[in-house]
Formats: sequence, structure tokens, C-alpha cells
Amino acid sequence: MSFYSGITFFALLTVILLGALAIGGGARWRRIYILAVSVLITGAVLIKSPRQLVYFIAYFLLELALVKLYGRIRRKYKRSAWRYRLFILFTLLPLIFSKLCELPDFREMGWFQFVGISYLTFRVVQIIIEMYDGVIEDISVMNFCAYLLFFPTFSCGPIDRSRRFEADYCRDYERREFLELFGTGLLKLMQGLLYKFVLADIFYQVMTVFDGRDFVNMAGYAYSYGFYMFFDFAGYSLMAVGSGYMLGICVPDNFRKPFVSIDMKDFWARWHISLSEWFRDFVFSRFVMLGMKNKWFKDRLKGASVGFLVNMLLMGVWHGLSLHYIVYGLYHGLLLAGTEIYQKKAGFYKKNKKKRWYRVLSWFVTLNLVMFGFLIFSGHLF
Amino acid sequence: MEEKIMKMLEEICEDEVVNEDRDIDLFEEDLLDSLGFAELLVRIEEELSIVIAPSEVKREDMNTPNKILALLKERM
Repeated sequence: MSFYSGITFFALLTVILLGALAIGGGARWRRIYILAVSVLITGAVLIKSPRQLVYFIAYFLLELALVKLYGRIRRKYKRSAWRYRLFILFTLLPLIFSKLCELPDFREMGWFQFVGISYLTFRVVQIIIEMYDGVIEDISVMNFCAYLLFFPTFSCGPIDRSRRFEADYCRDYERREFLELFGTGLLKLMQGLLYKFVLADIFYQVMTVFDGRDFVNMAGYAYSYGFYMFFDFAGYSLMAVGSGYMLGICVPDNFRKPFVSIDMKDFWARWHISLSEWFRDFVFSRFVMLGMKNKWFKDRLKGASVGFLVNMLLMGVWHGLSLHYIVYGLYHGLLLAGTEIYQKKAGFYKKNKKKRWYRVLSWFVTLNLVMFGFLIFSGHLF
Repeated sequence: MEEKIMKMLEEICEDEVVNEDRDIDLFEEDLLDSLGFAELLVRIEEELSIVIAPSEVKREDMNTPNKILALLKERM
């Protein structure tokens, strides 16, 4: 069985969601139910390869131990920077191993390669960072298990935040409120099905038509691949968000009309939102703030440009160690840095940014830059 | 203290409008972006010794001068 595909999964999902409706919005039973069905589903998916399951269990216990241990250390030693960095490194190690094992020389080891490891790692790193910040003091074992194992978002997000998740997880909903949430969730789930299994499929068919290497074929491939990617991933995300709602967890949305973006910064506020906000909060902002405090850069704009490059390069590497992912990251880093410099410096931009013709032109340029990015990402180019 | 914060905001947003309309949405109006927000947090820490982490407060809770003032007064 796999997440969001095949008759077994959807039959099971239907039964589980009907069960959620029967249990209702009260926190006590809902919490136990969510944890139980999450263990069941993730177990059923991972058991396909027993090796995967073993790695997953080892990973899970390790990360749980790290979070509990770091919580204690943080309470005892306060904001100790080297201890914090060490724990971030420990938390990331399994993910680093799993990425390195994608390289040809290490392929046989396959350490920690299981469905969802990168999304799980984002969530654990968030807890450790916010413990260091002093925003999270501790997280109970039950809440940690539910947050990590929550099956609708287990394999590919959206990447929720632990404090937000816990609030929903422990909430006692009024009957009407819960039913409303359930209804909204059902609509999102249906929309997701339509996106992923009808529209994405259509664009996939279109994509295969463009198999030449000339400009028209390349452009056709880029556009149809871009729309295919959107409907596939936004469809998956909608199904995850919808199922989440129906269990009483308001998982954050992942897409907000990305193709109407009028510049690259706008695009990243609309595309894979939970990922880009994670990178914004835990990589970009912190890097830029550290740079400002330690006066690494002559001016703010230089700091921000390097920040965008580091941020997007890291995001590219996270997708995978293949050349086209790294170039994709670099490409978006350069575009964001360029956008920042242009918008801060160019009088032309400041004078015209609110005019209609400028917005239309800017939208058109952005759309094509985005589509070219997808072409790099697809691996079709090189 | 209020004056100090408003001056800081005015410098970061490079616009006096933040003083005139204290309920203006700083993100909607393009006065503040991720970079400006990071700068604001650094200056709050350096000048007022109030530490706010970038992921701590939701943007919706820090998107107008009045909300920023209220939050900082609470943290003093």
C-alpha cells in the first residue's frame, strides 16, 4: 500500500474518516484515534520493505530521544550555542546519511532511506530550534508521536508546526464546529482528487507529446510539466489538508494560485508554502539576522542576497544530490537575490510598480522564469 | 519607548506613513518583507533587549505598527 494511491488506501481512508465522524470533536477519544490510525497506516505503508520499517523505527526512537534530551539540556544550560548546534547536527545526521546513499558509491548501504524522512526531519528540527529559542519548553511523548506520525501529512507534508498541531490535536471542538471542519475537509479532499487524478493526468499526457529538442517542444514540455507538477502536488496537498481537517487538524495550505505571481518573491509565497515558510523562518531569517549582528556584510542588501543563495541552494540539495536539483536551487537563489536588488535599487521599479502595464509584464516574465525553473527541475534539460 | 520603536519602523520601512496610519498592514503595503522583518527583529533585540525569534510570532500578529507596539509593551 502507498499513500494516496490505489484502492486499498482510499478504502481504508474512507473507513478511517467515517470513524472520525462517529468519534466526533472531543479531544479525549479523538487524540487516541488519530494516533492509532496513524500507526496503523504508516506501518502498513512502510512494512512493504521490512528494512525500511526497521530504519524508520530506529530513526523515530533516535529523534524522540534527541528531542527529550535536548529539552533537558536547554532547561539546565539555557542558550548554549555549541550544545544547540551539536543537537541540530545529530537530528540531521540520518537525513544526511539517506541523501549520501543516493550517490552511486554508497547506493548499496541505503541507510535511513524510507518514505517521508526529509519531511519528518523538518518537523523535528523545528522543535529543537524552537526549544533553543525558548518558545517550546517540552513536548509530551504522545503529542510528539502524533505530530510525527500523523498519517495524512507523513510522506510529503504540508509541513505543519508542532505548536500549531498540538493546539488542534488537544482541542475540544463543539459539535457544529467539528462538522463544519469535516465538511470543508471533504471538499478539499474532493478537489484534491480532481487535481491529482484528472487534471494532472491530462497535463502528463500533453507533456509526452513534446518530445523534440527544439525551442517549441522545449517550451511546450516546460509548460505542460509545470502544470502537471502543480496539479499533482497541489492535488496531493489538498488531499492531505482535507483528510487533516476531517480529523480535526487544520493542516496549513500548501498552494495559493502560484501562476498569478507577479514576481519571484510572490511566487515563493504561493508555491509549496509550508516548505518555503519553513526555510524562511529557520534558514533565511536566521542567516540574515546572524549576518547583521556580526557585521558579516557591508550592507543589508548583500547579506540578503547571500541569504537567498544559501537558502535556495540548501532547498535544491534537499530535493536530491543530482546536478539538476542543485542548479535549480542556484537558479532560484540568483533570481530571488536579483529581484531583491532590483526592487530596492531601481527607480524604474519604484515609479512603475503599481501601473497596470508593468504588473502584466512582470507577471508574464515571472511565469516564464518559473516555467524555465521547472524545466531545469524536471531533468529534461540536462 | 513608543517613539523609539516608531522611529525604528520608519527607518526600516523608509516611509513616514507608518507614523500616520498605525493600523496599516505593513506586509500588504510592501513596507515590510522577509528582509525588513529580520532587520526589525535584530534592532528590537539590540536596542530594546527584547528577543523575538523569527518563527515565534505569526506574521498576522505583527503586521501593523499598533500590533508591534502592543507586543513589545507586553514583553518589556
